[in-house]
Amino acid sequence: MMLGIQNLNLAGPEILLTVAAMVLLMIGAFRCGDSSRLVGLLAVIAMVTAGVMVIGLPKTAATTFNQMFAFDGFIAYTKVLVLAASVVTLLLALPWLEREKIARFEFPVVVLFATTGMLMMISANNLMSLYLGLELQSLALYVLAAFNRDNLRSTESGVKYFVLGALASGLLLFGMSFIYGFTGTTDFSVLSALTATQSPSVGVVVGLAFILAGLSFKISAVPFHMWTPDVYEGAPTPVTAFFAVAPKIAALALIIRVAEVPFGGAVASWQQIIIVLSILSMALGAYAAIQQTNIKRMMAYSSIGHVGYALIGLASNSADGVKGILVYLTLYVFMNVGAFAVILSMRRNGAMVEGIDDLAGLSKTNPFMALALSAMMFSMAGIPPLAGFFGKLYVFLAAIESGLYTLAVIGVLTSVVGCFYYIRLVKVMYFDEPVEGFDKPNTTVKVLLTVATAVVLFFFVVPAPLLNSAQAAAAVLFAG
Amino acid sequence: MMDWPILSIVTFLPLVGAAFVLLIRGEDAVVARNSRNVAILTSLVTFVLSLGVWGHFDPEATGFQMVEKVVWLPDLGISYNMGVDGISMLFVILSTFLTPLCIISSIGAVETRVREYMVSFLVLETLMVGMFCALDLMLFYIFFEGVLIPMYVIIGIWGGKNKIYAAFKFFLYTLLGSVLMLLAMLAMYHTSGTTDIPTLLTYHFPASMQAVLWVAFFASFAVKVPMWPVHTWLPDAHVQAPTAGSVILAGVLLKMGGYGFVRFSIPMFPEATNDFTPVVYGLSIVAVVYTSLVALVQEDMKKLIAYSSIAHMGFVTIGLFAMNQQAVEGAVFQMLSHGVVSAALFLCVGVVYDRMHTREISRYGGLVKRMPVYAVVFMIFTMASVGLPGTSGFVGEFLVLLGVFQASSWVALMAASGLVLGAAYMLYLYRRVVFGDLVRPDLKKIMDLNRREVVVFTPLILVVLWMGIYPDSFLSVMHVSVKTLIDNYQVALAAGDAVHMAAQ
Repeated sequence: MMLGIQNLNLAGPEILLTVAAMVLLMIGAFRCGDSSRLVGLLAVIAMVTAGVMVIGLPKTAATTFNQMFAFDGFIAYTKVLVLAASVVTLLLALPWLEREKIARFEFPVVVLFATTGMLMMISANNLMSLYLGLELQSLALYVLAAFNRDNLRSTESGVKYFVLGALASGLLLFGMSFIYGFTGTTDFSVLSALTATQSPSVGVVVGLAFILAGLSFKISAVPFHMWTPDVYEGAPTPVTAFFAVAPKIAALALIIRVAEVPFGGAVASWQQIIIVLSILSMALGAYAAIQQTNIKRMMAYSSIGHVGYALIGLASNSADGVKGILVYLTLYVFMNVGAFAVILSMRRNGAMVEGIDDLAGLSKTNPFMALALSAMMFSMAGIPPLAGFFGKLYVFLAAIESGLYTLAVIGVLTSVVGCFYYIRLVKVMYFDEPVEGFDKPNTTVKVLLTVATAVVLFFFVVPAPLLNSAQAAAAVLFAG
Repeated sequence: MMDWPILSIVTFLPLVGAAFVLLIRGEDAVVARNSRNVAILTSLVTFVLSLGVWGHFDPEATGFQMVEKVVWLPDLGISYNMGVDGISMLFVILSTFLTPLCIISSIGAVETRVREYMVSFLVLETLMVGMFCALDLMLFYIFFEGVLIPMYVIIGIWGGKNKIYAAFKFFLYTLLGSVLMLLAMLAMYHTSGTTDIPTLLTYHFPASMQAVLWVAFFASFAVKVPMWPVHTWLPDAHVQAPTAGSVILAGVLLKMGGYGFVRFSIPMFPEATNDFTPVVYGLSIVAVVYTSLVALVQEDMKKLIAYSSIAHMGFVTIGLFAMNQQAVEGAVFQMLSHGVVSAALFLCVGVVYDRMHTREISRYGGLVKRMPVYAVVFMIFTMASVGLPGTSGFVGEFLVLLGVFQASSWVALMAASGLVLGAAYMLYLYRRVVFGDLVRPDLKKIMDLNRREVVVFTPLILVVLWMGIYPDSFLSVMHVSVKTLIDNYQVALAAGDAVHMAAQ
């Protein structure tokens, strides 16, 4: 324990990504000519390798860096998910950026740093490492939001995200200082032992509330969601796609770990907070999306709603609940990748369009894209037999098992309201008269869209592998 | 012996057909023709195979037959579990019988996006058949809800002027009902630890829980049936849907609600059913009387038939909850009969709509002079709807009234008044459309039924007469299943009473 770096291999993927990011930065800076393609390709390879390394690590619970950094089955599962989401969104982003003529080698590098930050925060076993991981991720994301730096909306969204994000970080730090002040520790294991044996003091509860507020900002749960629609709308579309998936998963994994590991004994202190966040997110996500005309804004509200459903699983405070979240998030990746693949292809005469009306009659001009996006929409609405239904099924089941009947009823009712705007998209594509068609989508989009559609449509045929691995991952948190 | 999974084949064969339709390439006209042919062929083969199900069905055996079971969601212990009893088997046949007729009837009527149309109907057939065969709550729910997607598309793409509104109303209304049922199913799973329907049929839920579960299931099925006052989506959906969409909607989708009562509400929550029976009677009587009166004043042919559907389904719910052999058999028979007759009536409306592009009753009159064959066909189905002896409608209504009279003579009296009103609005409709003077100039050139339409109507007429003259072919199949249902219900009630007495 002298140096605290036994089990260093547990942090192997993070170390690899950090080194890769720095090397790629050098390559980009010193190699002559445009190296955005090469750097992008290498970044993808680095992340895939990191994913393989995560899968290869032993799944037994262990820590390293003086217990600052933890690893177990749950962490492995979410890390793989985050890496997969990052890889796929990066693959979608690269050709798009090239077409928009804003491709620069910094983009993949920043994505690598953001992903490293996400992996760090998932593995955090101490409030300090949590904060460091979170900030690494956030800073990279602020840059990404403003990546199209000559575009007013993009820079505006970057600044907005930065200012509000800094506020959230402040809340988080404030909460952490409370925790440290009242317990004298920032270590998850010590906190866990403390909360398990004694009821939390007022200071701890206040600190916990502030921490949850800061984290809610990151998952854009209502009432800390204000930044989401603006940032989603303003950021370059592939960045929006990235925001919608990987950071959401990482932050949700983090909030689950914070709630269940250090404060696992103080369920009564956080359960109500989570329930309120969940109800507000589901309701706002459903109602506010109805009047949107911009598809990226609609997706922002949609993602707020989805976070609300995922939080039902956390509110249930059970292995089944966490399993529900994992199933939900995994399928959410496919749905979002599919939806954003279509949104990224919404390009008419060489220029991007973002209006929902621009999809009018897509079923005639591009039947496959229309079919794929409809599948995503019905799936997000939770209509069986599509994949999204199973995500909802498992979180609702967890809620019922934990006796949260009101939450479950509110959840299904808001899902009916939310259904309205999802099927409105189907209406626009299938029932309305066609406008001019879109330009031909590129091959990456086509391939990824086909895969996502196939998974969403046919998940019900062999659901067992995903369900079993999610169950195994979730069980880790409740083993002790 | 049946070694191969015939139910799965019947269920998923249409889906295979749909996949083929999607693969067709070529010019629009070629695609349209080929997809039509593939769809007709697939649905006919499915129908023939489903007759095989009937052929292998043993009417004497209790329980479910031709059961197939494969582990599906191992973490929850949920299986892909299919099987039929005497009640669900007949609904399977009804679905496979109506689908080819729908597809054939749309030749000429649907000329745009034929490929999507055929895919929608084939997918719909899979979902309908699967729903009637499902022996697992989750599986049932998936088929039950999945139906919304193709139906939404059918109304939305090929519907009338106000199709968007109707499609959304249909989708959201029925979804709202069924999500509560989903929660109830999850609660049932949590309590009983299984989603296996045969097991749940014998499981006894605590009485207080039964009431809540019953209400949640009722929310779903009452919207589907539809029962007054949650019926308002139906006239909109029917009026806006294309003819074949209305046929399936009236013919099969409404039966999903009635089937749900027979399969879930009544056997699984017997005590709650007993408590809520007066409510169901009340709502059904209002449906029978009120919607019949509403039907009388309709100006739109489809709307009139839509309201008549609600009234007829009111009979069905009365019969189901009377819980004796005659009434339940009558109700199931009435559902089958209504499935055929209302489907045929919508097709009759479709015939004149295709020619004149209006459904307004006042735009017609004196059709008998130009369309004698049509007049006869329409007459047969009008009479079947009214319940003339010798047609299928009579048997169902008679059995229901006979059974209900034993349960409550007042309810029977009220329900019987619906028969009179039913005769009134149907005959009034028939007189206004078919008889009278042929004054409208554009009607003077209207043509009688063509060969395709005769092909569609012939099997429907034969079935209506068969069901009316020799109903035993259908009733004998369901005797055992209905008897089991009622016996279990009585036993459960008696047991519940005993528990209640002991508690006192």
